[in-house]
Amino acid sequence: MREIINGMTNEMKLEFDSRSANEAFARVTVASFMTQLNPTLEEVSDVKTAVSEAVTNAIIHGYENHVNKIQIFAGIEGKTLRLEITDRGVGIPDVKQAMEPLFTTKPELERSGMGFSFMEAFMDEVIVESEPGKGTTVRMKKVIGKGRELWTTQSL
Amino acid sequence: MKYEVQENCLTIYLPGDLDHHNSEEIKREADRLIERGHVRYVIFDFSETEFCDSSGIGVIMGRYKKICMFGGEVWAAHANERIKKILKMSGATKIMQIYEED
Ligand SMILES: Nc1ncnc2c1ncn2[C@@H]1O[C@H](COP(=O)(O)OP(=O)(O)OP(=O)(O)O)[C@@H](O)[C@H]1O
Ligand SMILES: [Mg+2]
Repeated sequence: MREIINGMTNEMKLEFDSRSANEAFARVTVASFMTQLNPTLEEVSDVKTAVSEAVTNAIIHGYENHVNKIQIFAGIEGKTLRLEITDRGVGIPDVKQAMEPLFTTKPELERSGMGFSFMEAFMDEVIVESEPGKGTTVRMKKVIGKGRELWTTQSL
Repeated sequence: MKYEVQENCLTIYLPGDLDHHNSEEIKREADRLIERGHVRYVIFDFSETEFCDSSGIGVIMGRYKKICMFGGEVWAAHANERIKKILKMSGATKIMQIYEED
């Protein structure tokens, strides 16, 4: 059992096939899980975009369109939403380079190298762990309700 | 999804989610219509679109590359604030005009 710090903790795990039809399923499921944090519409959109980018990367790059399993872990601790998206695919040889804006290894598929830039722009923290031949985990965090807290304090 | 060619202008009525799953068919169908000839302007109509990620940016950039060498242009219409933000952040607005109605 996890200790409860700053209120609620809650967790969920999801495993699904790396089919493109599951991209919408993945981001909608995470969006639905995070509603208990009472997020703004913009925060929900931010998280949906980040999930979609990580899942799409697992499908296109990690598994190179072969069908295999993708896992999502989502956790809530206090106001923080924590996400982990994992594939057991080809892995990334140079994570730093992969995360540079506009870097892509699949220009022929019209990828533009914006995925990690979107994840970093819309989440508070993005950490990528990867090993060639083993797979990739993208860990992301976002504090939900930052703007609203300010408003509540001011109105008191 | 719906495609409409009027003279030299192709309008693509985008789906609710412009993601990797939906973008493959749009690329195929748009290119088929472009390659048939005469398309100089591609208008991406976002009226129905609530979600767009980097795959959507790829669709726009890819069509732009196809038509720009013949002096073609890509336009976005009816994009909501979220979509406009994504277009701006990705740099797509450098090559694309955003049609603003009043
Ligand atoms: N899960 C993954 N497994 C293996 N390689 C990955 C994974 N995720 C990302 N990469 C590598 O990192 C690169 C950059 O990823 P990013 O999402 O930023 O751009 P992209 O997917 O190439 O293009 P876009 O996201 O704009 O369509 C990819 O081209 C790929 O080489
Ligand atoms: Mg990507």
